[in-house]
Amino acid sequence: MSGPGTSGAAATGTVPGAPAQPADTRQVIRPYGDTTGDGMVQMSFTLPVPAGPRADAAALQLAGKMGLDPASVVHSKPMGPDFTFFIVYGKVGHLIDYASIPAPEGRAYPLLSAQEVNRAIRRALNRRLVVVGACIGTDAHTVGIDAILNVKGFAGEKGLEYYREIHVVNMGAQVTVEELVERAKAEDADAVLVSQVVTQRNAHLHNTKQMAAAFHAEYPTAVAAGIGRPLLIAGGPRFDTVTPEDLGVDRIFGKGTTPAEVAGYLVHALLPGEDA
Amino acid sequence: MTPQGKLDLDPEAVRTARRLAARAAEPVIRMARTHTTVSVERALLRLAGLSGADDGGRPWANHLADAVRDQVGLEHGVALPVWDALNTGPHGSLAGLARAAAAGRVRFRLPTGTDAAHATAAATAAARAGITRIDRRRAERDALLRRLPTGDAADPPRPLVYLIVATGDIYEDIPQAQAAAREGADVVAVIRSTGQSLLDFVPEGATREGYAGTYATQENFRLMRAALDEVSHELGRYVRLTNYASGLCMPEIATLAGLERLDMMLNDCMYGIIFRDINPRRTFIDQRFSRQIHARAGIVINTGEDNYLTTADAVDAAHTVVVSQLLNERFGHEAGLTDAQLGLGHAFEIDPSVPESFRLELAHAQLVRELFPGAPLKYMPPTKHMTGNIFAGYLLDAFFNLAGVLTGQSIILIGMMTEGIHTPWLSDRDLALENVRYVRDACGRLAEDFVPRPGGFIAERARRVLAESVDLLARIGDEGLLTAIADGTFGVTRRPPDGGKGLDGVVARADGYVNPAIEILDTEDPHAARAHEEEVPA
Repeated sequence: MSGPGTSGAAATGTVPGAPAQPADTRQVIRPYGDTTGDGMVQMSFTLPVPAGPRADAAALQLAGKMGLDPASVVHSKPMGPDFTFFIVYGKVGHLIDYASIPAPEGRAYPLLSAQEVNRAIRRALNRRLVVVGACIGTDAHTVGIDAILNVKGFAGEKGLEYYREIHVVNMGAQVTVEELVERAKAEDADAVLVSQVVTQRNAHLHNTKQMAAAFHAEYPTAVAAGIGRPLLIAGGPRFDTVTPEDLGVDRIFGKGTTPAEVAGYLVHALLPGEDA
Repeated sequence: MTPQGKLDLDPEAVRTARRLAARAAEPVIRMARTHTTVSVERALLRLAGLSGADDGGRPWANHLADAVRDQVGLEHGVALPVWDALNTGPHGSLAGLARAAAAGRVRFRLPTGTDAAHATAAATAAARAGITRIDRRRAERDALLRRLPTGDAADPPRPLVYLIVATGDIYEDIPQAQAAAREGADVVAVIRSTGQSLLDFVPEGATREGYAGTYATQENFRLMRAALDEVSHELGRYVRLTNYASGLCMPEIATLAGLERLDMMLNDCMYGIIFRDINPRRTFIDQRFSRQIHARAGIVINTGEDNYLTTADAVDAAHTVVVSQLLNERFGHEAGLTDAQLGLGHAFEIDPSVPESFRLELAHAQLVRELFPGAPLKYMPPTKHMTGNIFAGYLLDAFFNLAGVLTGQSIILIGMMTEGIHTPWLSDRDLALENVRYVRDACGRLAEDFVPRPGGFIAERARRVLAESVDLLARIGDEGLLTAIADGTFGVTRRPPDGGKGLDGVVARADGYVNPAIEILDTEDPHAARAHEEEVPA
């Protein structure tokens, strides 16, 4: 990961008075404007005050408190009578030891383009991959399941319906577990997605466990997800305290999940070897 | 307006395209004229003044229409059973009747003979009162536009600047909308809460919580229109208000928009089908009624062709935009909308890494301008290729603004460099407007000098897109529009006529179907409203 010009010796060498570090394993970096180690950053923000010298002084003080020293307001512009927009440049004194930053674990599977997903499904299955989705229990909020399934999608990404090789059955809201199991069997689903957005008293956990138990009971001879039973996926903003094992599902997706992440996971989990 | 004929389009090809669009639309229009839906029936009740909801938020209009459906069916319409029950029972008002019906205390029947005549007369008077209110709101808008003129009426006309607010809380939206107007917005759109299009009822009252948008309710409409009236007077320029009709409740939301003097409504003939999986038949039936109401209310519709380009490739699918615009135009005209009410949509969505992408954008934008010279075209900024690099995004938005100026677009949605990152900040809007102002002022009347070389790249590209549109329209006409939609012709997705949400709310009209709102809308010139108002006492 380390590139040229970021070695510990070179970086620390630019910091006056830095103590000599025998066998230094650190890799100290600072922002780069046009000279190694100059620490220059740019930022822009709005303050809720009328434009003028006093507003500029306030912007400089904020920059100082943020660690920019020296800082300069290169642009300030009134936005209506009550607000001022600033662009500020300044030097930060903060040092980052890059060596101490672990590489984030990342997704265990790669994000694929829609074409790659379609190609993987065609190659591995020679038929469309079937996804059945629903909001179970009393939850009437289809915003989550629709964001993942509807063509309209979420965060600029199209939903799973957009993928030619994925057949989506979106059962909507307030679906019972029995209806969901029955439909998944009838459609020969490869994956089942349930969404739980607004719930009370941990109903989302209860509902999801009940759903998982029903699927496990319905497919007693299943070997694993995708082998004898559908892959079970739960999604929603309130699952961050539990693991998939707690609920009996294969995967939990939290707030902000995009359709491509789900599509990539489907390929990874159901079509081994196709996500490379 | 823009000088015509810069592209030297073959007039015969243009005529053929329109003829084929009319042929493709015809069976669907016939279907719409012979069916009704739960939302069309509820729209009559709302036009007659029924509002409010039970403690659980279920509107009285839904209670009443459902009770009629369960007892006598909807194939004759709600008008006869409802006004018969009012004429013969102790309920006094529609609201009283709806409450009693919700409690299971009303026995509806289908009246015959004189009873039917009385019920029809009473229902017609109630519908007429609602239509008269809509006519008044239109006259009010006309008067305000005379007193507080807007850029589109200037010489030369300036494009209307269209900005969006979306906080989820109507009381936060109001100051934001007023600020946007002061910053230069001519049109303020209040984005709806995600998923409202899939609700088979219209929520009630002022709302303070939504998902990435604010619920469309009659009270929210009223509050926002009043706030914009206030700022319109302050600025000396009428600020238009936009909301969304699309979804399962098009007829009702259109009615509420007419009653509360909204100025524009998103209303696309296929958006709900393609992007929200709403049943195609439900959509077309609901759409016809909603557009008849828009026509009467003087509301400009905004169509959603830009969405096709976010799904499919903007070069390969350019002709699907034109085809959809021609269909929207045909359905719109049939419902009584004038050219000046057709805010046909298109977008600047070609991948900027495609060689000569800007030339292609100009070809598409100019083609649409010349095909629909009388329509207030709505031009949408880049979204698909806004990557989070706000600096590159600002440049792309400038090119979008330049294309808009060069090709004489009418309604310009302002591109935000932070598109796809967050809902616009105050500073995002300010920078976006600075971008627009620079391009507009720097270019001045540059459109006059923009004359694509005859037979050159732009003219040839436009001709090719038109030719592909004609081919596709011919195919759609042969196999039928509903089949084409089922085959995934638009926006890639396949939508069969018997699939999707809301099909159970579609009912074939029986002989003797009565809906006085449809009667009025089908038989009267929607644009003779002012003359009409004087004949009808309040």
